[in-house]
Amino acid sequence: MDFSFLSEPAFSGGGTYFDWVLTGIKWTMLVSLCAWVIAFTVGSVLGILRTTNVIWLRGPATAYVELFRNIPLLVHMFIWYFVMPEMVPKALGTWMKTGMPMPEFWSAVFALGFYTASRVAEQVRSGIQSIPRGQTNAALATGLTMPQVYRHVLLPMGYRIVVPPLTSEFLTIFKNSSVALTIGVLELTAQARTISEYTFRTFEIFTLATVVYVVITLAVVVLMQYVETRIRVPGYIGTGR
Amino acid sequence: MFTGFDFDVIQRSLPYLWQGMQFTLGLTLLAMASGIVLGTLLALMRLSGIKAMSVPAAGYVNLLRSTPAILVIFWFYFLVPIAIKHISGDSYAQGIGPFHSALIAFTMFEAAYYCEIIRAGIQSVPAGQVNAAYALGLNYWQATLQIVLPQAFRNMVPILLTQSIILFQDTSLVYVVGLTDFMGAASKVAQRDGRLVEMYLFAALVYFILCFIGSYFVKRLQQRITPPR
Amino acid sequence: MFRMHKLITAVIAASLFTAPVMAAELTGTLKKIKDTGVMKVGHRDASVPFSYLDDQQKAIGYSVDICMKIVDRVKAELKMPKLKVEFVPVTSQTRIPILMGGNIDVECGSTTNSVERQKQVDFAPTYFVTGTKIIVKKSSGIKGYDDLKGKTVVFTQGTTNERAMKAYNDEKKLGINFLPSKDHAESFLAVQTDRAVAFPMDDILLYGLKAGAKNPDDFVVVGEFLSDDPYAIMLRRDDPQFKKVVDDAVKAVYKSGEINKIYTKWFQSKIPPKGINLNFPMSDGLKEAIKNPNNTGVGPCGKMKC
Repeated sequence: MDFSFLSEPAFSGGGTYFDWVLTGIKWTMLVSLCAWVIAFTVGSVLGILRTTNVIWLRGPATAYVELFRNIPLLVHMFIWYFVMPEMVPKALGTWMKTGMPMPEFWSAVFALGFYTASRVAEQVRSGIQSIPRGQTNAALATGLTMPQVYRHVLLPMGYRIVVPPLTSEFLTIFKNSSVALTIGVLELTAQARTISEYTFRTFEIFTLATVVYVVITLAVVVLMQYVETRIRVPGYIGTGR
Repeated sequence: MFTGFDFDVIQRSLPYLWQGMQFTLGLTLLAMASGIVLGTLLALMRLSGIKAMSVPAAGYVNLLRSTPAILVIFWFYFLVPIAIKHISGDSYAQGIGPFHSALIAFTMFEAAYYCEIIRAGIQSVPAGQVNAAYALGLNYWQATLQIVLPQAFRNMVPILLTQSIILFQDTSLVYVVGLTDFMGAASKVAQRDGRLVEMYLFAALVYFILCFIGSYFVKRLQQRITPPR
Repeated sequence: MFRMHKLITAVIAASLFTAPVMAAELTGTLKKIKDTGVMKVGHRDASVPFSYLDDQQKAIGYSVDICMKIVDRVKAELKMPKLKVEFVPVTSQTRIPILMGGNIDVECGSTTNSVERQKQVDFAPTYFVTGTKIIVKKSSGIKGYDDLKGKTVVFTQGTTNERAMKAYNDEKKLGINFLPSKDHAESFLAVQTDRAVAFPMDDILLYGLKAGAKNPDDFVVVGEFLSDDPYAIMLRRDDPQFKKVVDDAVKAVYKSGEINKIYTKWFQSKIPPKGINLNFPMSDGLKEAIKNPNNTGVGPCGKMKC
């Protein structure tokens, strides 16, 4: 293995091939983090709605989860990127394709975010449902309303319990961000592929990309393990599963 | 340019889409079967007391689980044929074909995920069962194959099937190397005829129906086989 | 003595009348084809009229026809009239790794013979001569490359056109925003749907894409040639036996004049799936390449220095 090609000036755009790798990492992180914001917010709302007793809150949330998790991520990407602009009013569609900055980036973020929201919802739901029924009853008995029970009992407990599964959902988003290359986002995997094409150093550059993914994954795992020990609910064995 | 919905384009391309679906189904079923076999071996290695077995297995599983599926597909699609040539020393060795390249990639990738499911399944079997088996004079393989795995698999079937539905969805990623699976076929027609809306929505519908039926079936199965606690 | 004489005559006769390949032991790709009974042909999805899918999703085109001549030659050389032919789809990005990996034996697409690629693969004699131009919407008013300043341009990943366009962009500091795409159909679609204003590609492929569009008159191919692109069939390197069969097959098609028939069929008559006629007469460059078959490659950056 010879990595010296990384310091060579890249074919185009100035900079070296190593700069291309860095750009790739930047886009991978940006797509993942932005998508996570959507996935976490939307997923939390949906997960909470799925635990309520109100059918017209629970029903749509369940439908969303079933619809979104039963369609492959790649199809989500294509629908957000190719189909959406054609379905909305023409002026908006044209803006989405030409006016909006970085349409491929935002399509990827929305596709990945709303897709993962369905998975986050399931984690949040099972976290809340794993809290013994007695806690809710006790809270209600002390005079709390149902929204207050969620605010002061179920959610603080639930989120602490679901930290480990949510960590793995974040790692899934991080890995799945590579699907964004199919609509033209030049994230890490796409950059690796392009560099291999320009330098014929397929083995080296794929190795480097893999190492980057593994290192970032490890970093997240270590960080979240620390977070987990800090916020662990006393009296529970460990994870929420 | 996308005035009106053109259902005709779907009907015209149905035979081609069906070919793609056969590719997808074949790839899913074979990768599932071989992935579960390899995953079981990896799980047994991870659980064995021998460091020389458990450490490489754990390393493999963690490596594959932190790498994106697309990167794994690229690895195997572009490099396995070249690796085979190096190993066999025959620079004109028979290539392994796009289908088989994809199959190997998904087998190796999914095995890591199956491994973790199966490992949990094996660990859920009470230790007394194994001790009893040894006490009866069974050796490791007899105890594993006749006592541990049957019980473990019984608990795991729903999760393994759920993972296989994910695998079915993931096979659409062979699109990145230009193969004609169901999604590949749909996108080739979509691009050639400029009918993106129809083809991609149709693809979404087909995947949804199949996966929804699949997960409904898994849920039913789960209720039936969960032993009363 | 008499017998010896007869033997020598036989040997000479054999070497004269049978193909030289059969005299020696088979090696490389020919051996592989003989052993497996299958020859694998790589094709493209949307390189009209060279190599593309018709309404039944079968690979057809000018390159495919020439490749079938190679297949016929291989059948004759190996005395395997029933040799199976398998078509494998490739893209601009996958064609070289797939060929090197042995998943295809010849690539019958629309591949430019470049010096860069010659480091990895070998090429048969040039069978078409084209060069990079751009396709734009007529309504965009773009007349040449310098009008692309600050605009979005879509390119097919892994093409020589990508490099030529990027080299031009760097040299003229146009600040173009590049959008990568997987294959030509997807790239052209980006122009059709206004995601990109231009798509740099070999001009002949652009005419093919334009002709296949719903409203061909909405599009126009503009610009001077950014690069010269001689097309050739790709095969693996260091495989002299197979290379000779391929070269001979192509040269035979040129010599017999059959090439004119194939050319007319794809460039000057109605072609599937929509029955369009490209009306593209043979260029002087191609006439020259047919008269003097050669496989000279071109540099990596088109007409720019790099």
